[in-house]
Amino acid sequence: MSTEAAPARAAAAPATFVRRRPPVAVRRKRFLVGVATHSLLIVGAIVFLLPFVFILLTSLMTSQQALSPRLWPQPFAWHNYIDVFSKAPLWRYALNTLLYGGLATLGLLVSSIPVAYALSRLRWRGRDAVFLITLVALMLPPQVTIVPVYVLWAKLHLVGSLWPLIVPNWLGDAFSIFLLRQFFLTIPEEYLDAARVDGCGEFRILTTVVLRLAKPAIAAVALFSFLFCFNDFFGPLLYTGESSQHWTLSLGLSQFRSLYQVQWNLVMAATLIVMAPVIVLFFLAQRAFVEGVTLTGVKG
Amino acid sequence: MRAPAASPPIQLDRTAAKRRAAWRRRGIVLAFMSPWLVGFTVFFAYPLVMSAYLSFTHYDLLSSPKWIGLANYRFLFTKDQTVWPAVKNTLWFIAIAVPLQVLFALGIAVMLSRARKGVGAFRTVFYLPALAPPVAATLGFVYLLNPATGPVNTILEKAGIQGPLWFDSPQWSKPSLTLLALWGVGNTMIIFLAAVLDVPQHLYESAQLDGAGFIARVRFVMLPTISPVILFAVVLGVIEGMQYFTQAYVAANVAGGSASYSAEAANALGYPEDSTLFYPVLLYQQGFRYFNMGYASAMAMLLLAVSFAVTFIIVQNSRRFVHYQGPGR
Repeated sequence: MSTEAAPARAAAAPATFVRRRPPVAVRRKRFLVGVATHSLLIVGAIVFLLPFVFILLTSLMTSQQALSPRLWPQPFAWHNYIDVFSKAPLWRYALNTLLYGGLATLGLLVSSIPVAYALSRLRWRGRDAVFLITLVALMLPPQVTIVPVYVLWAKLHLVGSLWPLIVPNWLGDAFSIFLLRQFFLTIPEEYLDAARVDGCGEFRILTTVVLRLAKPAIAAVALFSFLFCFNDFFGPLLYTGESSQHWTLSLGLSQFRSLYQVQWNLVMAATLIVMAPVIVLFFLAQRAFVEGVTLTGVKG
Repeated sequence: MRAPAASPPIQLDRTAAKRRAAWRRRGIVLAFMSPWLVGFTVFFAYPLVMSAYLSFTHYDLLSSPKWIGLANYRFLFTKDQTVWPAVKNTLWFIAIAVPLQVLFALGIAVMLSRARKGVGAFRTVFYLPALAPPVAATLGFVYLLNPATGPVNTILEKAGIQGPLWFDSPQWSKPSLTLLALWGVGNTMIIFLAAVLDVPQHLYESAQLDGAGFIARVRFVMLPTISPVILFAVVLGVIEGMQYFTQAYVAANVAGGSASYSAEAANALGYPEDSTLFYPVLLYQQGFRYFNMGYASAMAMLLLAVSFAVTFIIVQNSRRFVHYQGPGR
């Protein structure tokens, strides 16, 4: 019935709804609104980009110029980007950041994926209560638990190393569990049942079926985790503040200016060097980013 | 399904098998959950209880905790001269910077949703600053706004305006941090943009037929439809506002020009004149610079109570403003 009616209506549609050109006044108003919107957007975009531009320009000035009110470098001091590596052990910081981000992210995925699976696709008593408690853990400011956790690491004599930053991620992370669970819930039960009928255990279903279907979500979670570690300042400050050989890029950068008081050109070069990896990563993995950000918002 | 010739021994066998299967399933759940059960206990439940205990003690990490009853709380509420400014600063940030952030993100999202050309490029540009690592972004802003040679004041001067002292002035330090926060509003903006684009077109059209102009369509169609997302952004903003630390710490340290990581640096916190001494910064200072760990725990307990209360109040009152689509939850 409906299959017959549908094409007929579709055929009739162009005949009945001929799109009339709107009157001149309406068209002019639309055009003006469009121009206004776009000019506002362009001005906004310029304002948003200007800080990057000024940081870049200053990073290319000589130190005298950086102290003058000039805005354009003359001549361009490209060697700042070489000097900066001799002023601060940036490679050391980068290595520490990679260690922190890499080990934490890896452990976080290995531990959080099965938890998210158990919280979404296995049926057991108390599951919803456990999930609710996980959400509470997510909402709480980390400062609430920081004192005893610090005492714990101090007693293990691990303050002054990267381990207090890395190890907790090996035992699951509330935010990642939450995100992965939300995504796992969207996988149709039929896929899992089909695998069960074929004699798969839950572990194999997780590693073969779910992991493959959830690749975008897992990529987003990995990306967020790595970025969190890269940007993290409170953790490294707390646990590695007094042992500079373990500083990450974020912490090292924050101390940079104190070491080279007024050399704004070098400070800005270092700032850009720290910003660059994240921005490159963004352009390489833009889809995972946007997907991940919307994934956090959709279930709000 | 053939009805089995139910003889008692077979039945017994099957219940045993069922029980075994049930135990097996419990084992699987336990195995899958085990990382989080350990992680939650060690890094969340235990520290929470311990924090509550330590808040009644005097503890400096070297000697064992000494029970002092309510003394920490008494000091916190009545004697400590720095707590009230810290609370005020944090409240300032939540009451002014967070709503501004939400409005700003919403404004950009609405404009982006109306743009016809270059949406992708604009979206990338507005999102990019959110990616800048907080420490790097803060350093950048302290330079941009530095009163002596910063580009912003240089340009203002060329326009004949005497720029403020920004991060060096107690009146302008928090507005400067707010500017920094507005620059990094990209995440919220992306979420809003997705929500705004999700508003069903037919709702706008029927409103338009009823004679609703642009403002009315935003007010009566778009805002109610995306209100759950706005609530989400506000709650998240308030939670983040209560934890606001990195930018305040780095800005105070860098603008204050203190020596590197050292005891003196602790005194630079809140520069200038405690105007950037936010509650988490004070907690850090008490706990990890002065090692008043009992007192810091008391501060943490207050933070816990306040963050629970605030989240609860927002969610409770949200029913009046938030419109959920579809069948009631």
